[in-house]
This record gives sequence, C-alpha cells and structure tokens, in this order.
Amino acid sequence: MNDRLKSGQVVNESGIEIKPLYTAEDVEASGGFGFIGKPGEYPFVRGIHPLMYRHRPFTMRQYTGFGNPVQTNQRFKYLIANGQTGLNVAFDLPTQIGLDSDEPLAWGEVGRVGMAVDSLRDFEIAFDGINLDKITVSLTINGAAPQLIAMFLAMGEKRGYDPKKLRGTAQNDILKEFIGRGTWIYPVEPSIKLVGDTIEFCAKEAPKYSPVSVCGYHIRESGANPAQEMAYAFCIAKAYADEVLARGLDIDEFAGRLSFNFNIFGNIFEQVCKFRAARGLWAKIMREQYGAKSPGSMWMRMIAGGGGGGLTFEQPEVNIVRGAYYALISALAGAQTMALCCYDEAYTIPSEYAQRISLRTMQLLTEEMGLADTVDPLAGSYYVETLTNDMRRRMEEVMAEVDRQGGIVKLVAEGAIQSQVSAQAYRMQRDIESGAFPKVGVNRYRSEDEEEHEVKMHPYSEEDTRMQVESLNRVRAERDAARAEAALARVGEDARTGANVMPAIMEAVKAYATVGEITQELAGVYGRYREPIRF
Amino acid sequence: MNAQRRIRIVVAKPGLDGHDVGAKVVVRALMDAGFEVIYTGLRQPPEAVARIALEEDVDVIALSSMAGSHLPFCQRLKPLLEEAGLTDKLWVIGGNLPRQDHDALRALGFKGVFPTGSKLDDIVGFIRENVA
Repeated sequence: MNDRLKSGQVVNESGIEIKPLYTAEDVEASGGFGFIGKPGEYPFVRGIHPLMYRHRPFTMRQYTGFGNPVQTNQRFKYLIANGQTGLNVAFDLPTQIGLDSDEPLAWGEVGRVGMAVDSLRDFEIAFDGINLDKITVSLTINGAAPQLIAMFLAMGEKRGYDPKKLRGTAQNDILKEFIGRGTWIYPVEPSIKLVGDTIEFCAKEAPKYSPVSVCGYHIRESGANPAQEMAYAFCIAKAYADEVLARGLDIDEFAGRLSFNFNIFGNIFEQVCKFRAARGLWAKIMREQYGAKSPGSMWMRMIAGGGGGGLTFEQPEVNIVRGAYYALISALAGAQTMALCCYDEAYTIPSEYAQRISLRTMQLLTEEMGLADTVDPLAGSYYVETLTNDMRRRMEEVMAEVDRQGGIVKLVAEGAIQSQVSAQAYRMQRDIESGAFPKVGVNRYRSEDEEEHEVKMHPYSEEDTRMQVESLNRVRAERDAARAEAALARVGEDARTGANVMPAIMEAVKAYATVGEITQELAGVYGRYREPIRF
Repeated sequence: MNAQRRIRIVVAKPGLDGHDVGAKVVVRALMDAGFEVIYTGLRQPPEAVARIALEEDVDVIALSSMAGSHLPFCQRLKPLLEEAGLTDKLWVIGGNLPRQDHDALRALGFKGVFPTGSKLDDIVGFIRENVA
C-alpha cells in the first residue's frame, strides 16, 4: 500500500495537498471557474483551438535518428509507412556540440546517440524522398541550431519548397541546456543572442517555421517538480522574447512561432492540470505582460508524451504500459504533438519493434479509444478545476521567486537553478531507494529474475563512422573552396560586428561549409562556455 | 591509508555526454558519506581525467557514462592512468552500462561497475571497503 495514503496526507510533487474529495466549494475557494473559458478562446485553458483533435488529431512524432543519414532515412520511411505523421530527429553528440565527424574528440561518438551531420549533403540524404508538405520535421538541436536550421531551410529550398511556406521546428532552447542535457557550446550571453538571431531571421525569411521549442522537459528530468518545470520554461521563453523585442520586433511578429516541449511522467491529474494551468498562464503572460494581440501569440503550443525519468530500467516491458498512460495524459491535456519514450530506451536506441509499439499506442487513443472525439473531456470536474487553479498559482509563485532572485539568465549563469534541481534529484533518488516514493518494479514488486527481461541492443559500428568521415572528406574535396572560405569568413565577421549571423550561416551551409567549421568561426568570437560547478 | 585523511574521489563525465543528473546525485551521496569529492563537470577527454586524478591525488577515479561510449573511452583511459602511475587507485564506473559490457570494463581495470538501478549506499559501501 502507498505509504503516503497510509499516513493520511497526500501531497503531489509540486507540493499541493490533495484532498480525498472535491466539491463545487473547493473550485470556488481555489478561484472558481472564472479563468477557464472556452476552447480556442482566451485564456485557452481548455485548448488552443475550438475543436482540437476533432479538427486535427495530435501529430505523432517519435524521436529518431542514429548512425549515418542513409540509415536514419530508412527508419524515417519505416515510421511514415506505419502511420507516423511527423519526424523528430535525433543527432549524435558531435553534431550537437558543433564538432565534425573527423575531430579527435568525436571519436567513438559518431552516429551513436543520433544521426551524424556534417554538411548540407547529410540533410539532403536524410530527408530524401520525404514530402515536406505532408510530414513536418522537428530538429532536436540546440548548440548547433543556427547551422541546422539553415541546413533545413537550404535543403528545402534546393528541393523547390518556398522557405516562406516551409513548416518545421527546431528545439533551439539553449538556456535549458545549461540546466540539463548539456549540449551548450558558447557562453550564456552569446548563446541567447544566437537564439534571438534565429527567431528574428525566421520571422522575416521563414515565417511558418518554429525556430524555438522551449523545454521544461529536461529541467524536469534534472530534478525539477512539475510546477517548477513550467515556471522555469516560461522564464526562459520570456528571456528569448525580451532578446527579440530589444531588436525592435513586435511581439506578434514572432511569439506565434514559439512552441514548448514538456515532460509527462508522474501523477495523471497533476500532469493534466499542469498543462491546463500553464496554457492559461502563458496566455495571460503574453497578453498582460507583453501586450500580445494576436491569439496565436498567446497559444502554448506543445509537444508532450515523453518522460524518460518515469520509465524504469527494471522490468522494461512495464514501460509499455507507462507509455500508454503518458499518451493518455498528453491527449487529455490537449498536446499538439506527441512523442512517446520507447520501452527499451533505458537500454538502447529504440528498435523498430519498440518504435512501432509506441506509435500504435498513440493510434489506439485516437482511433479506438475516443480521445479525439471531444475537447478537454476532464473540464468541469471539481478536482481537475481546483487543481488547475492551484497549479497555476504554484507556477506563478515559482516565477515570482526567480524574478526576486535576479531573473533566470543570472540564475542559470551562476549555476543556481542547476544546484537546486540537482539537490531535488538527490532527495528523490533517496526517496526511491528507501521506498518512500513508490516505483513499481523498483522499490516494490521487484522481480528476482531480472535476466528474463530481454532487450535487443542497437548495434554500434565503427564502419558507420568511417563511412561518415569518407562522405565528409568527399564534400570538402568537391565543394567550391573559395566560396566556402568566403562564407565562413563572413560568419566570423558578422559575429564580431554583432550583426544577425543567420544570413551568413545560410550562405555558408549552401557552400557546404560544415557544422564544425561554422562553430569554430563563432567560438572564435564568442569563446566557449565554462560550466560553474556548484553543489 | 592514513586514518586522518578523508577518502578523495574524482567524479568525471567522460566524453561528450551531457546527462549529468546521475553523476551529480552520486556526488552528493559521496559528499554526504564524508568523502572529499572533485566533480569535473561535462566533456572530459581521457587525458583530462588522468591529469585531474593525478593532480588531485585521489584515491578513487569514478566515471559516469550514459550515452554508450564507455568502452572506447575506458580503452583510451586505461593506458593514461597506467602511465600516470594510478593503477593502485580504485577505478569505478556507473551509468547506462549494458550487462554484456561489464566483464570488459572489469578487465580494463574498473573494479566497481554500477549500472542503472544501483543503490547509492552500495556505491558508498563499495568504496569504503575497497580503498586500502
């Protein structure tokens, strides 16, 4: 039995006490139904569109990528053939931190946790045969986002798509990389400047493209509770908005293309209410603090469904069931896009088999289970509406605390947020090990015969690295060397003068300059980040 | 060892992997256990791990690897630690370490192998028992 229930008091992870019964009086006491409104109307608590999934079901976008672009292209096509409606690209670590595949530091890491990318040529191969009008592409890239956004737009343009109409998303949320995930390259200030460059550039040149997906996800994985996850993400999104506003753009010129990436593991009701509350809070921030007028600027568009931190290494097949609940939560919460963690992810790059189970899990919800039939089906529940109000208040408290302490940029640069969430992760680990925080298969119902759980490991081959380096060498030998050199020089020059570097990076990637070469130019001006170590 | 001296441990994040939640949790557990801990931060090449271990005069060299490059990394680290005269130190590794790699890691000199799911108290206990 759950120890928390036995003790008579239940408190959710965000610190809100949960009562055994809710009535209309609780809703009133928490602030009433007043802030809920209708779907598609301010404050959008019930959803950003009036008809939600009735109009269009959530996009299914499993995180995929490994080895070289040829191998990844095959997996993309497998997923699309199985009904997946979007792509979500995983890149290897050298690509993510701006190293070419032939750099000594990249040794042993090329193509290991994602697809290797050195030049535009790799994008041409990876997306070959994929209709970019039908399948939108999300690039999970941060430190090297300027290069990869440029490559995506250049690849599309080369294939005849109009950049003004091209849709897609880049993660490009560097501030959270300093808190969790760790693929930073440059110091904090120039890193924010680069995010501003991509937003400003896309607002003008690729207005349908979403250049940033602000991530609470990884902050939660690093130890934040659900209310902190949302609050920190909103503080970060505000920091990017401030950077772009300082350049003279109007909020409605770019806020509509900001999107979010959130975590899902935990208590079903806390999670659903977290999203409903956050949707209202973001709309309020955009309208009241930023003076946004366009409804699109107020929408908290999000990808949800992943929650690696909730999955277990023990009894991995039980993760299939956890994944199904996570999918249910994100559908009940009105996510625009869903990506589920695969059951074998604690072990390896997911197999085709595991990917297909995740995909079928999402398809079951919309096609068999009726989750696409009605908008925001939990609305009106005394419990859900009370908790939605409570969660919003908790998020506002965390955001106010960040402001009191000098703002998110300062707190991240000093390592203060990192230290705080890491202390919480430690307490949580202790609670899991003591059994105070229940985890099925880990601190309860352990199976003695763990050998029975078979997970097929994804193979890693040095042959793939050799092929990628060969391909890189071919690109370097065949490109117009003078054009690439001139383009790279301009990247450095524009970085020095403080101009928006995106036009120069566009030209550089079109000249087949590499991710690593462009990173070198930028790092030559900006320097490289040094991590504050603080416990 | 000298009873006055606290056990000194370097905890390193090898290679390019940025997943440091586990490493930081283990650092806190080791600190709570009364050890002196030097945490390197992310992205340490093998040369840096060997250099820091030598300079800091540690008793234990601990790696946390989540992104799968543990074997190639440890294969390069081993000769560097040997060269630096650190073979008498305790080498341990934790993280996402598939079962079929455990023997290879032990053969490389990593006496303690702590895959996902290991308990903090077991890690602390192992270090206490194995630091001479």
